[in-house]
Amino acid sequence: MTGTVLTVTSGKGGVGKTTAIANIGVALAAKGQKVICVDGDIGLRNLDVVMGLENRIVYDLVDVIEGRCRLRQAMIHDKRLPELYLIPAAQTRDKTAISPSDMARLCNDLRTECDWVLIDSPAGIERGFHNAIAGADKIIVITNPEISAVRDADRVIGLVEAEEREAPQLIINRLNPAMVKRGDMLSVDDVLDLLAIKLIGLVPEDENVIVASNRGAPLTLDAKSKAGKAFHNIARRLLGDEVPFDELDTPGLLQRLLGRK
Amino acid sequence: MSFIDDLLGRKKSASSAKERLQFVLIHDRTDLTPAELERLKDDLIEAISRHVEIDSAAVNIAVTQEGRSQRLVADIPLRSAGRHHRR
Repeated sequence: MTGTVLTVTSGKGGVGKTTAIANIGVALAAKGQKVICVDGDIGLRNLDVVMGLENRIVYDLVDVIEGRCRLRQAMIHDKRLPELYLIPAAQTRDKTAISPSDMARLCNDLRTECDWVLIDSPAGIERGFHNAIAGADKIIVITNPEISAVRDADRVIGLVEAEEREAPQLIINRLNPAMVKRGDMLSVDDVLDLLAIKLIGLVPEDENVIVASNRGAPLTLDAKSKAGKAFHNIARRLLGDEVPFDELDTPGLLQRLLGRK
Repeated sequence: MSFIDDLLGRKKSASSAKERLQFVLIHDRTDLTPAELERLKDDLIEAISRHVEIDSAAVNIAVTQEGRSQRLVADIPLRSAGRHHRR
């Protein structure tokens, strides 16, 4: 296999990187892809709890890189899907435990094992960020329609461009259509005007995201929620489908009465 | 909030966010502070004035953008030779 290595990064913390990795991973795996999610946030691991796999950790990313276990021993199988795996971050080490060249080498090994390697980047623009993008074929920048998140996203996009890599694509997360409508939240067009990169996903704000992480069951496992649908659309776009950006369309009253979506 | 804004003719918060971002992003991207841009303008006026006479008070210099690329645009009015001779 020759998988694609995709890193999700943001600059600012708390905009939804880990949620996006868990849900895009589930959505791709539900479409029959073999997916390995890697938590790149050494010292502040969280992808394990968001995916609900925290009780099954034996080895971690640093164990693989330092040769204490084989790659496959560190891959935790998410049994809810045939081919979804997690490599957790080490919790008792820090970002300097690995280097960008370690990560590039690891990504080469992972590529031969699956269709998709999804790397969850830590916040910030220091070592952890450079580790997370070192082996990436594709980079997705995720942001919220909020002034500090957009500014940090722009900074990260600039750093990726400076490395002369393929231009990153954008996910706008936690969009609140009612606030946009009354002029109190940057719209999709505003954010695209400012950041000037290609959009790959629009995720509406959805309380189910918190409920899902409380349970350790990514909401994409059940596609009924608004955000879950949005992550399924992102997975389809990654697989090359042309999917219209209708994530924010709310059904009209008549359609709702008729029970249509 | 937005109803009151409308009554008072106040700008919506999203448009102030966008305007403020447009301003900070130009400087973030170029690493050029407004003070540095001012110094650059002075240097430019001095260099050009060695060759042609310009209306230094009317010089306008700004960073504009197209997509993700930035451009330094200078508008430098020349003093016409005729006016110069008559003086």
